[in-house]
Amino acid sequence: MKPSASSAHQRGGVVALPNGRAETSKIRIENLSKEFKLRGKAFKALDTINLDIASGTFFVIVGPSGCGKTTLLRVLAGLEEPTEGTVTVNRTELHRPSNAMVFQGDSIFPWMTVWENAAYGLRMRKVPKAEIRDIVDHYLDCTRLTKFAHSFPHQLSGGMRQRVSIARAFATDPEVLLMDEPFSALDEQNRTLLHQELLRIWEQHKKTVVFITHSVDEAVILGDRIMVMTAHPGRAKVTVDVPFERPRSVLELRATPEYGELVYRIWGYLREEVQSAAEEAEGGRK
Amino acid sequence: MSARSRWNERAAVTDSWGITLRRVANINITPAVRDRLISILSPFVLLASWEACAVGGLLDTRFFPAPSTVFSTLVKLIETGVLWDNTWASMTRLFWGFLLGAIPALAVGIAMGLYRPLRAAIDPLIALTYPIPKSAILPLLLLIFGLGEASKIVMVAIGVFYPICINAVAGVLEINKIYLDVGKNFQASRWNVFRTIALPGALPFIMSGVKLGIGMGLILIVLAEMVGAKSGLGYMIWHAWEILAVEMMYIGLMTVAVIGYALSVLSNELERWILPWKVDR
Ligand SMILES: Nc1ncnc2c1ncn2[C@@H]1O[C@H](COP(=O)(O)OP(=O)(O)OP(=O)(O)O)[C@@H](O)[C@H]1O
Ligand SMILES: [Mg+2]
Repeated sequence: MKPSASSAHQRGGVVALPNGRAETSKIRIENLSKEFKLRGKAFKALDTINLDIASGTFFVIVGPSGCGKTTLLRVLAGLEEPTEGTVTVNRTELHRPSNAMVFQGDSIFPWMTVWENAAYGLRMRKVPKAEIRDIVDHYLDCTRLTKFAHSFPHQLSGGMRQRVSIARAFATDPEVLLMDEPFSALDEQNRTLLHQELLRIWEQHKKTVVFITHSVDEAVILGDRIMVMTAHPGRAKVTVDVPFERPRSVLELRATPEYGELVYRIWGYLREEVQSAAEEAEGGRK
Repeated sequence: MSARSRWNERAAVTDSWGITLRRVANINITPAVRDRLISILSPFVLLASWEACAVGGLLDTRFFPAPSTVFSTLVKLIETGVLWDNTWASMTRLFWGFLLGAIPALAVGIAMGLYRPLRAAIDPLIALTYPIPKSAILPLLLLIFGLGEASKIVMVAIGVFYPICINAVAGVLEINKIYLDVGKNFQASRWNVFRTIALPGALPFIMSGVKLGIGMGLILIVLAEMVGAKSGLGYMIWHAWEILAVEMMYIGLMTVAVIGYALSVLSNELERWILPWKVDR
């Protein structure tokens, strides 16, 4: 598989998309810092992050545990206020929600059926009933959950619950999709299947996605660009372009040497950070 | 055969219910079936020995009338409609009192769970008034609402309010914070957060509160009717004391017991019906 020549490159504030269209960035993060108060002391979770994400990019964030990935995503979603700096989402279609989040861990409502969960965002936006029915049926089909539409979450496997969460977020057709380690609780086989499914759905809809993962493998398979974050406090260490063409086949991609080289390179960036995070944890225990 | 071994032989026949019953019914009875038979039979055995003692003069029938005379009084009270009228009066008050207590309790409890300042404001009020025995408020209620229906209904409402409100607060606080974030992320309005997250999320706790509230309401309605009413089961029991109709008193107590039992069965059914998502416990 040859590197695609048209991967996203930054030119000032303007970003060239793979299809050659020029557009301003979809998400712009400027000098973002976030502090938490922990027992009276200020704790810096994010430190001066600057970032531009072009429209239609599948943007992946990797970093050691506790480096502030979730915090960054929550700031993007408007669930946390930045302590300093600004986050701008360039809204182009105001009738669509600005973002929808697939949360880390179980987040679908146990008191709603699969169908009601998937319809939640649409119902909150007061979309007409008939339209909700069509959209929800479509995404339950995409996530292969149609048979379980009327089951309750406790009757599903962990992987199925994650897919409900994904269907719920996709169904609202947000301008930006935020995904926080959506597959981390899954076993290898289910994860590979879901990668394939996610790529299939994403390639149909081409949304701007910000995706967090612990897995370098997953980052390279899914992403257009990968940002590696430093251990505490979280900063942007490097951002790497992924040169593989789309549509991608997960298994074929894994077999190419370029894939292995890229994974190895990103692991190199990440290893130092994981080590320093581990040392810090060790120091904290003493 | 020695006396001792004859004694042993008799013991072998009657030493356990299982053996005796097996001989009588000539079927194989498992311990579970045997226990169920025992619990069905034991009240009848008690009634039968009560009857025997009353008839035989071992019990003072002024206090412990024979079950047979209680039963014939029951038939009379049913035929004249007295029992039904009083039961209906109590149940109507319980119903309205329950609604009057439960609805504000839900609204206040869930709002307290969702908004910290509100919790800070109302928590001390509840902590302060909750320990007051509800029966001790009755004179005040009679003073304010008079001897009519209102005082009884308010009495029940107060009793129902506390367990439901306290459980609703606990239930909302027990909801995983991530669900509230989901609501925010999907731009749920205040009303929708209440309706789609706080209320259903707190419902398992709320249902426990409802069950406690129904029990409390039943106790209080009987109590309130003893003092300030001319109808209801409480009135019937009190009136029976005044005219020394001890059979009627027993019937009143029995009816309250049966209603209490029926309401608890009913609320368990209701719980199963509105909480289909709760993993079977
Ligand atoms: N509400 C909060 N109050 C105080 N500290 C917080 C809060 N949320 C997060 N933190 C701290 O901020 C840091 C970053 O947390 P965050 O959840 O963003 O990490 P993460 O990169 O998502 O980790 P993981 O990969 O394990 O999910 C952590 O050290 C955490 O303890
Ligand atoms: Mg996280």
